[in-house]
Amino acid sequence: MDSQWRTYTPYSSPLDPCPPRPKAYIVPPNQYVVFQPRGLRQFAPREALKRGTLWPELYSPYEYGGRGGGRR
Amino acid sequence: MKVSKCDPRLAKSLIEQYGGADGELAAALRYLNQRFTIPDKIIGLLTDIGTEEFAHLEMIATMVYKLTKDATVEQMEVAGLGGHLADHGFDLYYHNAAGNPFTVTYVTAKGDPIANLYEDIAAEEKARATYQWLIDMTDDVDIQDGLRFLREREVIHAIRFREAVELLKGFQEEKKVF
Repeated sequence: MDSQWRTYTPYSSPLDPCPPRPKAYIVPPNQYVVFQPRGLRQFAPREALKRGTLWPELYSPYEYGGRGGGRR
Repeated sequence: MKVSKCDPRLAKSLIEQYGGADGELAAALRYLNQRFTIPDKIIGLLTDIGTEEFAHLEMIATMVYKLTKDATVEQMEVAGLGGHLADHGFDLYYHNAAGNPFTVTYVTAKGDPIANLYEDIAAEEKARATYQWLIDMTDDVDIQDGLRFLREREVIHAIRFREAVELLKGFQEEKKVF
């Protein structure tokens, strides 16, 4: 799992109707970068255009099935 | 709650914190609803603060009640509460200062712990701003005391929610080794 994801397992009772499934949420880089530092590494222009940011440190991937297993 | 003068005009503004968008009812319902799906270590915080908001709701209710209970019909009308009187008499009602009824759209739940907590922080800051305007609007020192207390609680809640965001950022489930 990508390092931006956090996982947790809520309490699950033996009487719960469904088998427990892992839970996850994403913490994107904007949570850590308060003031953007100068001189960060850069993507190639075309790559940057596609990703939506020039800087890899600010890029937050969000893959299909990132929470584990496609449609929830 | 100590209230030192009958002042229906202030009651009309104070009701914002009863049934308004950033009021105590909206806050209580917001937190006590989000608590179910937030990661375990934040559940207690939302439960505690959500419950505390209900206590604050009761304080606001008491203030509004005391500000209006012995007002005459004419005083209520002069205070702009003629419409309220026609619809609710001297009963309290969940609406904002402009008379718009409380609506569940004031309660946010986005299905994302980070987004939810930022919403909660924003709600606390907005409630703090509301209390500041309300304090500016009255010369009743007893009411001011109560409002100052409630304003301070908003400040503290905002800190607690920011701590919760930090916990969520750093949170990584411990790998259990047997």
